Amino acid sequence: MPNEPTKEVLLDLHRRMVRIRHFEEEAGKLMEQGKSPGALHLYIGEEAVAAGVMVHLSDQDQITSTHRGHGHLVAKGGDFKLMYAELFGRETGYNKGRGGSMHISNVDAGMLGANGIVAAGPPIAVGAAFSNKYRKTTNVAVPFFGDGATNEGAFHEAANMAALFKLPVVFVCENNGYGEFTPQAEHQAITDVADRAAGYGMPGVICDGMDAIAVWEASGEAIERARNGEGPTLLECKTYRFVDHVGLRGIGLKYRSDEELAEWQKRDPIEQHEKRLAEMGILDEAQAQAVHDGILAEIAEAIEFAENSPLPDPMDLLNDVYSPSAAS
Amino acid sequence: MTAAEAPAGRQLVYTLAITEGVRQALAEEPLAFMAGEDVAGAGSVFGIYRGLLDEFGPDRVIDTPISESGIIGLAVGAGATGLKPIVDIMFMDFIGECMDEIVNQLAKMRYMFGGKATLPVTVLTMSGAGMNLAAQHSQSLEAWLCHTPGLKVVMPATAYDVKGAIITAAREPNPVFVVMCKGLMALPGDVPEEPYEVPIGKANILREGDGLTIVAFGRMIHEATKAAEQLAGEGVSVEVIDPLWLQPLDTDTIISSVTKTHRAMVVHEAVRFGGLGAEIAAQISELAFDSLDAPVGRVAAPFSPVPFSPILEQTYVPNAERIADEARRILGLG
Repeated sequence: MPNEPTKEVLLDLHRRMVRIRHFEEEAGKLMEQGKSPGALHLYIGEEAVAAGVMVHLSDQDQITSTHRGHGHLVAKGGDFKLMYAELFGRETGYNKGRGGSMHISNVDAGMLGANGIVAAGPPIAVGAAFSNKYRKTTNVAVPFFGDGATNEGAFHEAANMAALFKLPVVFVCENNGYGEFTPQAEHQAITDVADRAAGYGMPGVICDGMDAIAVWEASGEAIERARNGEGPTLLECKTYRFVDHVGLRGIGLKYRSDEELAEWQKRDPIEQHEKRLAEMGILDEAQAQAVHDGILAEIAEAIEFAENSPLPDPMDLLNDVYSPSAAS
Repeated sequence: MTAAEAPAGRQLVYTLAITEGVRQALAEEPLAFMAGEDVAGAGSVFGIYRGLLDEFGPDRVIDTPISESGIIGLAVGAGATGLKPIVDIMFMDFIGECMDEIVNQLAKMRYMFGGKATLPVTVLTMSGAGMNLAAQHSQSLEAWLCHTPGLKVVMPATAYDVKGAIITAAREPNPVFVVMCKGLMALPGDVPEEPYEVPIGKANILREGDGLTIVAFGRMIHEATKAAEQLAGEGVSVEVIDPLWLQPLDTDTIISSVTKTHRAMVVHEAVRFGGLGAEIAAQISELAFDSLDAPVGRVAAPFSPVPFSPILEQTYVPNAERIADEARRILGLG
């Protein structure tokens, strides 16, 4: 490995993944108990991808996310209080309750939104990367998207443009094997999404999306290339969603087998990482438990904050449709 | 300043007024750039951006691939991160290629994010029939945009207004579509040399009268004015209003005119069904019903794709004769 992760990085990866896992489990319960409105697409199982990439990014680097976007915001430093408040549709939420789960964002920290439209993120990330280059910064833009998104025209246009203009973009495909309920083999004729990179004239890299260190390493190289002005990379992270398309229990469609799920669960990114950290003598069981407990306590407090937060005033319904124009 | 307030002076044709508007918008704002298909090297298929590449260089005047989704996506991402994009969608018909980026991203990002994003994006696009370019290069699709909260839409039909609209849009912290009229490219008009704005949401009263209000926009303002001249010869005094901004719409000016004239009609080049004329007629009915002496009339294209064959296209596009005929019907003179 060219860059061995330091102890700090290894612990950081762990912490970001555990934060996502518990945030999502609690969010899923709240939704299925009817306490939070709407539908949630949970990131459970895919935590290594967001954590592995986000360790390399600062608030000045931008990401775009997907309908399954909580994990990306958590990994990019999202505040649990403002996140739960948004899921609850409260005025104190990141989006003042105007966006909810599928549009959760934090522009100030470079999180340009979860997105309800598949493949809408990549063209926006290309715009952010253009902006970074135009302003002569070394910031990068990272769109996250799924295997299904790579069948959309918008993805193709964004990838081509990024490569043509040599923009600082790292396209991170979270290939979880399903476009909603349709298996990858039934929605595209390739197995490796990274193969598509050749068609755009950019490197295509595959990594184990269940292994935070593998994602950290592969994304680190791609991000470095982008920062150095060497153009975009398509990074495919092979991963798996442990819960249904929507919610924890989901809607009970039989589109994948229990055996397949069990096989992937054996490679739980958090369990794998904890086992490795224990073997390396970096984090023992008690220390790991303390991390979990601390995060769970923070979540309990955040949920209480969200539940006690004010609802938006219906009189404010029309606020922010437009920015106020300067007087001319 | 509106066209009525501007001093007469230098003449420019519509295309050169576009060029000057974009040039001045780029010159006054270092964060502004222009991108689109063939806008740089070729100066656009309409010649409207000629010289900008030489003046501002390839970092600020950028040829993109033929990728309308990519172009609007570029504008959304660049705009949300602090730049002031001016992008070109060559023919308005091509917005079908990027409606998600327009409707679900550009228009909604600010609202969805609770007001925490600003999208200072200008989109320039050429609309309209009359050049025998057939069904996919001739449409007037402004109603699609006006129906989408978050967008502003201006449809300038004079050299003065097109330059002012571009500068206004470029300075505006919201997404603005400047829907230009390809049938007017050679039209000359007074255009002051300095940069100026056309006030957002303010209509132009092109001709004052007290017998009938014609609300027309885009290329139809010229046909409506011709019709008004014909009708003047017949003793009918017609007021012609060009809203200029279709979103937001200057309802006040329209309503006060109808209150004075008691009769109204709306004229546009887009198809009649579900066009802006329906919205304007509904607003007049809601707000000035008691003033009306006749139902609000509409003259617009029939519910058909734009045909190719010149004789069919001429039949399709509204003209002064049809406008005058409808006016006579509303006035009970037909």
